Amino acid sequence: MTFYRALSIKQKRTIWAWGFLAVPILFYVVIRFYPTGNAMVLSFQSWNLLEDRVWVGLDNYRVLFSDPDFWQVFGNTFKYLLLGTPISLVVSFFIAYHLDKVRFAHGFLRALYFLPFMTSAVAMAWVWRWFYQGVPIGLFNNMLASVGIGQIEFLNSTTNALPAILAPAIWAGLGFQVIIFMAGLRAIPRSYYEAAQIDGVSTWTVLWEITIPLLRPTIVFIVVFSSIGFLRIFDHVFNMTTNNPGGPLNTTKPLVLMIYETAFRSFDMGYAAAQTVVLFLILLVVSLLQLRLLRDR
Amino acid sequence: MTAADTQIRATSAALLEGTRAKQRRSLGQTIRWLLLFAGGIAMIMPIAYMISTSLKWPFEVYNVRLIPEEPHLENYTYVLEDGRFYGWFVNSLIIAVLTTISNLFFDSLVGYTLCKFTFRGRYIVFIAILSTLMIPTEMLVIPWYLMSQSFGWLDSYWGIMFPGLMTAFGVFLMRQFFQTVPDDFIEAARIDGLNEFQIWWSVALPMVKPALAALAIFVFLGNWTAFLWPLIVTTDTALYTLPVGLSSFGDEADVQWELIMTGAAISTLPTLIVFLIFQRFIIRGVVMAGLKG
Repeated sequence: MTFYRALSIKQKRTIWAWGFLAVPILFYVVIRFYPTGNAMVLSFQSWNLLEDRVWVGLDNYRVLFSDPDFWQVFGNTFKYLLLGTPISLVVSFFIAYHLDKVRFAHGFLRALYFLPFMTSAVAMAWVWRWFYQGVPIGLFNNMLASVGIGQIEFLNSTTNALPAILAPAIWAGLGFQVIIFMAGLRAIPRSYYEAAQIDGVSTWTVLWEITIPLLRPTIVFIVVFSSIGFLRIFDHVFNMTTNNPGGPLNTTKPLVLMIYETAFRSFDMGYAAAQTVVLFLILLVVSLLQLRLLRDR
Repeated sequence: MTAADTQIRATSAALLEGTRAKQRRSLGQTIRWLLLFAGGIAMIMPIAYMISTSLKWPFEVYNVRLIPEEPHLENYTYVLEDGRFYGWFVNSLIIAVLTTISNLFFDSLVGYTLCKFTFRGRYIVFIAILSTLMIPTEMLVIPWYLMSQSFGWLDSYWGIMFPGLMTAFGVFLMRQFFQTVPDDFIEAARIDGLNEFQIWWSVALPMVKPALAALAIFVFLGNWTAFLWPLIVTTDTALYTLPVGLSSFGDEADVQWELIMTGAAISTLPTLIVFLIFQRFIIRGVVMAGLKG
C-alpha cells in the first residue's frame, strides 16, 4: 500500500487501466488469438483426434482444391451471396423508401416488417420446411392446389432447393435492413429535397441524384453486413435438410456445413481447419473488395 | 366580364386544381399505405401460421385456413409434459442471461478504459481487440472444441457460454458511447474521492444506459438463437439449448408438424413478446448499434 501511495496520479491511473484490462486481455488471448493461430497451424496438419498430429504441409489445401465437392460447395456459397445480397438490398430499400413517406400507423407497419428479425433461425427454418412439403402436407403446395396450379418441388429439387432455403434467410433479415435504411433516409437533410422541389425536379431524378448517392454509407454497411451473413449461412440449410444435410445431391451445401461435417462427422480436423482458413480468406476479400468498390465510383 | 370576375375565376380554378392535386396525392398515399400493409401482413404470415398450427388438431394441420376450427393448447401440454422442452428453455434462458451480463460488464469496462484512460499500449490493445471482428466464429469452433475436450468443458453451461463472454463489437460500441461522457464529470468524481472503479460504475455507466440496453438486446438475441456452437459442444440432450433441442426434436417428431410448430413457437414467442412490449426502445437500440457498430 505504501508503494501505491508513492506513485504519481498518472501512474496510479495506468495501474487501474491495466487492472481493468487484465481479465479481458486474458480472454482475448486464450479464446480468440490462440484459437486463430491454432486453426491456422492445424490446417497444415493431419489429425483425426485419435492418432498423433502429423505435419503434412500444404496437402490439406491441395486435396481441397482438387476436390470437386469443394468447388460445388464453393459455388453454392456464392449462389447464396449473389442471390441473397442484391435481392434483400433492393427489397429492403423499396420498403424503407415507401415506409418513410407514411405517417399513419407508421410504428405498427414498421413492427410488422421488423418482427421476423426477432425470430430464431432454427425455429423458422422448420416452419418454412413445413410450408415447402408436397400435397397434402405443405402450405404452399396446398395453396397452389386450391387454385388449380400443379405442385412445385421445393426442397427435393436440385434447382429449387437453394432458393427455397435462401428465402427464409432473406425474410428474417429484411426488417433489420429496413430499419437501417430508414435511419439513413432520415439523416439526409431536408433542404436538399426542398431545393429539388423548387427546381421542379422529378421524383425519379430526386431518388437517383440525391437519395441514393447520399445513402452510400448505409448501402455499404448493409451490403457488407448481409454478404457476410449469406457467406456464413448454416442454420437454415442444416435444419431444412436434416435427413440429408446439404442435399439433394449437395446442391444446397454451403461452406460452413462442409466444415461442420468434415470436423464433427468425419473428425478430419486438419482438413476441416484448412476449409475454415479458406472461409476466413473469402470473408476478408469480400469485405475489402466491397468497401473498395463502393467507396470510389 | 370585369377584370375582377376573371381574377376570381382564375383563383377558383387554381384552388380547384390544388384540391385535385391534393386528392390525387392522398389517393397515392392511401394506395401506398395499403400496399405496405399487405406486405407487412405477408411478412408475419410464417409466424402467424406457426402459432395457428400449434393450436390445431392433427387432422386440421393440412388445412390452409389460418384460424383453427377449434383452437386448443393440447400440443403445448404434450410438448411441455415431455419435460425436455422445459429443460431446453431453462438452459437457453440461463445461458443467454449470464452471457448478456458478462458482456455488459466486460465490454463496457474495456470500452471505458480504452476511451477515458491514457496510457502506453492503449491503441495497440484497441486495435488487437477490434481485429478479432475479422475472424469468423467458424474458424474458431474447431480449436474451441479441442480446448473444451481437454479441459472437460464439453456438455456444460460453461462450455456453451465461454466463447461469447465478451465481444469486440460490444467493446467498440461502448467505447463510442463513452466518448459522449464529458471528462469533467469524471474529474469531478475523482476530486470527490471516488476510486476509478466507483467512477466507472456509478458515474460513467449510468450515462450510457441506452447503449447498454442496445448491447443487451443484441447479445441476448444472439445467444438465444445461437445454433452452431451449442450443437457442437453438447451431446447430452439434457444440456441442449432450445435451437439444438428443436432441431433434434424436429427430426424425431418427423411428420407431426403440429408438434414441431409448437416447439418452434415455444422458442420464438419469448423474443417476440419482449419485442412487442419494448418495440420503440428496441428499434432505437438496433439503429444505434447498427450505425455506431
